[in-house]
Amino acid sequence: MPDLKIKISDLYKIFGSNGAAHIDKVRDGVGKTELLEKHGHVLGLQNINIDIFAGRIQVIMGLSGSGKSTLIRHINRLIEPTTGQIMIDGKDVLSMSASELLHFRRFDASMVFQKFALLPHRTVLANTTYGLSMQGIEQSEAEKRASHWLERVGLAGFEDRFPAQLSGGMQQRVGLARALATDADILLMDEAFSALDPLIRADMQGILLDLQSELHKTIVFITHDLDEALRIGDDIAILRDGNLVQQGSSQDIVLNPADDYVADFTKDINRARVLTLGTLSHQKPSVDGIALDSALTLEQAMNDLAASEKEAITVTKDGQMIGQVTMRDMIYAASRVKAGDGDTVTYR
Amino acid sequence: MALIDWSKITLTDPPQMPREVLRELKKGIDGTFREFSRGYGEAIENFFHPLLMFLKWFQDLLIETPWPLILVILGALSWWGSRSWKMVVGTVVAFLFIGWLDMWEDTMATLAIVSVATLLCIAIGIPIGILMARSDRVQAMILPVLDIMQTIPSFVYLIPVVMLLGIGKVPGLLAVMIYAVPPIVRLTNLGIRLVDKEVLEAADAFGSSYWQKLFQVQIPLALPNIFAGVNQTIMMALSMVVIAAMIGVPGLGVPVLRAVSNQYLALGVMNGLAIVAIAIIFDRVSQAFGKRLQKHREGEHGA
Repeated sequence: MPDLKIKISDLYKIFGSNGAAHIDKVRDGVGKTELLEKHGHVLGLQNINIDIFAGRIQVIMGLSGSGKSTLIRHINRLIEPTTGQIMIDGKDVLSMSASELLHFRRFDASMVFQKFALLPHRTVLANTTYGLSMQGIEQSEAEKRASHWLERVGLAGFEDRFPAQLSGGMQQRVGLARALATDADILLMDEAFSALDPLIRADMQGILLDLQSELHKTIVFITHDLDEALRIGDDIAILRDGNLVQQGSSQDIVLNPADDYVADFTKDINRARVLTLGTLSHQKPSVDGIALDSALTLEQAMNDLAASEKEAITVTKDGQMIGQVTMRDMIYAASRVKAGDGDTVTYR
Repeated sequence: MALIDWSKITLTDPPQMPREVLRELKKGIDGTFREFSRGYGEAIENFFHPLLMFLKWFQDLLIETPWPLILVILGALSWWGSRSWKMVVGTVVAFLFIGWLDMWEDTMATLAIVSVATLLCIAIGIPIGILMARSDRVQAMILPVLDIMQTIPSFVYLIPVVMLLGIGKVPGLLAVMIYAVPPIVRLTNLGIRLVDKEVLEAADAFGSSYWQKLFQVQIPLALPNIFAGVNQTIMMALSMVVIAAMIGVPGLGVPVLRAVSNQYLALGVMNGLAIVAIAIIFDRVSQAFGKRLQKHREGEHGA
């Protein structure tokens, strides 16, 4: 297991004039609606416990109002919690002094925003150097680094434009370059791609995954889009009404939704594109089949199997045979059959 | 001593203070203020003395500078602000016309007081606006004061100003400033409050300190509004020229007053139009400058 980077424990946020006064009520089970109607306070987050590991992409998913943007803002303390603990590299963010917090924000965590939040009066280059100038890095050096990152996100040649002259996708590339330029270990992305149209969004996801395969940052990614979550998330946490309802890998979320809310989320996704052979494979009397890697998605595997004109797939991992999957298994899995409905579906 | 004269109340007369009580009250207030101005008038006057010296110096400077040089400076200023040859030509022609109609010296005096008043308004107004934007409490305290400053008839605050400082340039300048400072305060406050919350959040997220955020994000983004405030301040200062003349401020207001009391139509209209000409030039140039400040917004969707 990789190193623990961010550990959030027992985090509560109650919005209102005196949130702390109502914390015990919430602990005793007073719900969001009751808290609002009887006490005039809004429950933002309750009992959040989550471990985020170094070098991984942690997706936090939920519908609007579920508290996901609130949660990500606790990590760099743009929002103060009512109670709880956030340890980053063993240091408690919540007990940092004002100057420690500034240092933390300058060097250890950077952020990408839903509506880009670029400075409209500054050029693309000057926007990208913003975090660097906060770090006290000299102008010419900052511009050199900023140009490097602008090039990495595909914006070379746009340095002297103003944000208003760019399309949404390009503006968010500037936002990404600005965040990457500070070289912080932690990247907080608040619905960073939600404002973009689907093609551009897929494009940006690709850019992010490419960069991540090389940079290995700890990324906390907020989204309301399950497809996006499944595509980029190593780990996924699902929030509802300020509660964490499920945490796990994409396979877990799709195969074993914790409740109807999560099941609802997963209803419309293309399961064949998410599930992998490894998840489905099981021991069975050996049939002659083609050998495929366990990390392959069903979509690819079905294609390969159909082309091979054989009956089954021999699933391998690191060259070792670990089990088998038949076309029938895959069709059942992809078409959302519940446990027990099919005679060979044993994964649940 | 009763506070209401019960015997006087009828259906058409509301409850009233007894006459003698009211008279005493007014006398008391007047007396107290007179005491105050006797006691502190000189100290206050001394406090403003450097300002008076500066005003005198600046006015003399404008009057004694050769007129072609003034025209060049004004033309250059209007080019710097508007980047338009039409504006430059308009400015030069307007001032030549003013000179031709024998209003040069008064115009220079007016320019002096209006520019000093505007600079002081900016120097005082912008920090107050920033303070107001920072705290709702400060805003709630200052807004009513601004409302009073803008609505109270100028003659009313001329009384205490004259009692304290007599007549002359400094009280005139104060009167102009009381009237002209509210727009810049209001628009600075508004401009800073209108800065996009997400941009501020981004500044915070990257570790900006309060001052970094103020100078690198809030003020630059509020600048178009602040500049609209400067423009309004200039216009209001110009509109006070005649009233300022009543308490001894030299300039275009003086002949207007003379024209009013002697029924000199031509004199009044000419000087009035000179004020209008200056106002139009200042307004167009500063607006063009304000627009140029927003050039980076070009191509913005829906803007």
